Amino acid sequence: MKKFFKAQQVSPNVWWVGAIDWNVRNFHGYLTDRGSTYNAFLIIDEKITLVDTVKAPFADEMLARISSVIDPEKIDYIISNHAEPDHSGALPAAVAAIKPEKIFTSAAGAKTLNLYYGDLGYTAVKTGDSVDLGNGKCAFVDTKMLHWPDSMVTYYDRDKLLFSQDAFGMHLACSKLWADENPWSVMEYEVRKYFANILNLYSEKVIALLDSLPGLGLDIEVILPDHGPLWRKDLDKIIQLYRDCALQAPVPRAVVVYATMWGSTKVCAEAFADGVRSKGVEVETADLLVNDRSNIMTKVAGAGLIAFGAPTMNNQVYPAMADIMNYIKGLRIKNKIAFAFGSCGWSGEGAKQIAALFDELKLEQPLPMKQVKYMPQSNETEEFFNAGAELAEKLLEKINNK
Amino acid sequence: MEKYVCNICGYVYDPAKGDPDNGVAPGTAFKDLPESWVCPDCGATVDEFEKAE
Repeated sequence: MKKFFKAQQVSPNVWWVGAIDWNVRNFHGYLTDRGSTYNAFLIIDEKITLVDTVKAPFADEMLARISSVIDPEKIDYIISNHAEPDHSGALPAAVAAIKPEKIFTSAAGAKTLNLYYGDLGYTAVKTGDSVDLGNGKCAFVDTKMLHWPDSMVTYYDRDKLLFSQDAFGMHLACSKLWADENPWSVMEYEVRKYFANILNLYSEKVIALLDSLPGLGLDIEVILPDHGPLWRKDLDKIIQLYRDCALQAPVPRAVVVYATMWGSTKVCAEAFADGVRSKGVEVETADLLVNDRSNIMTKVAGAGLIAFGAPTMNNQVYPAMADIMNYIKGLRIKNKIAFAFGSCGWSGEGAKQIAALFDELKLEQPLPMKQVKYMPQSNETEEFFNAGAELAEKLLEKINNK
Repeated sequence: MEKYVCNICGYVYDPAKGDPDNGVAPGTAFKDLPESWVCPDCGATVDEFEKAE
């Protein structure tokens, strides 16, 4: 039975023909608790063009949406802005149905797509290149490493649209297509989460790209990302949100991330958090055994003060902590006040390994790492409270002296 | 001394600046980079680099 789906018009000559993945919860390890969408777009011009595709299992949904506007065989060009399989997985099915004259992608995109799907006939383009569609044209801008080597964006001048691939996107399945139709608090949270987990390590490149935007001379009225709702109002607001995420400037919030085996590290974590709270700084604690890695990273990105605590197990930092350490190292968090702590029975490598990671990341550690043996004694829990209070004050000073 | 560009991500290694964050002093020629050195932006190894035009 053929799937039944309709396209949705987003501008005079462009239609959304993507797919909604309501029930995806694990996106390569990223907890997508609100699902996601894979956005693809159809430009109706003299040369009919499909911009990006969807994840492979959703090929039929995309082709059905296209068919609600036009026979897929009438499409002339496909543009692939990003070779990752959530946007290119349906490319082989699309090529089979469309038989396109040309597939435009970056030079790195051509190499990557060739490895994934074989040679479907790619035309490599770069910044400054454009393709004439008859009434309008598509101009390409390389955005290397934002967030893959192949990444690029496409501007369609006739409708003043930027197809921004993963940039300005979020994992969110919803029936309202436009960001301004959805609550801003949800938009902001999901954009911050997406940035923290996907783009944080390329923050400097994001800032450079945002700075270069005015010089490109593109008159952008609508931004169409490849995931989540689309942007047509207050573009300054989403661009500023991206800049804020990329700057990683200190904010008056703290997170205490911990793992615990017999409750000792938890006692230390809670005493520390209460000390932070006593100075009026917002704080939360997050147990690594019940919180998803991607949510922990979101909390870390949104905090000016981070405290990581773990037991020692088998002469190593506790495994769940090792996982998150590996993750934040790759995502290159910066500009935080940090505190390493833990509890151990005898050797105590755990907190030392956390402190060493903070050093490697060049995070400021005003207090030395603190570790207790077996169970914190009452004088020690008080010391953790005092450490929380002291570092909260340091954070406020840092923010005020900015 | 010549600059080298990373084929993967476009990072440019400038010998005049070196890569002090990763222990490479200013004035270090590309050929003298330690074997363990990788592109600070994308992690590519030195064989992914080409002389900048």
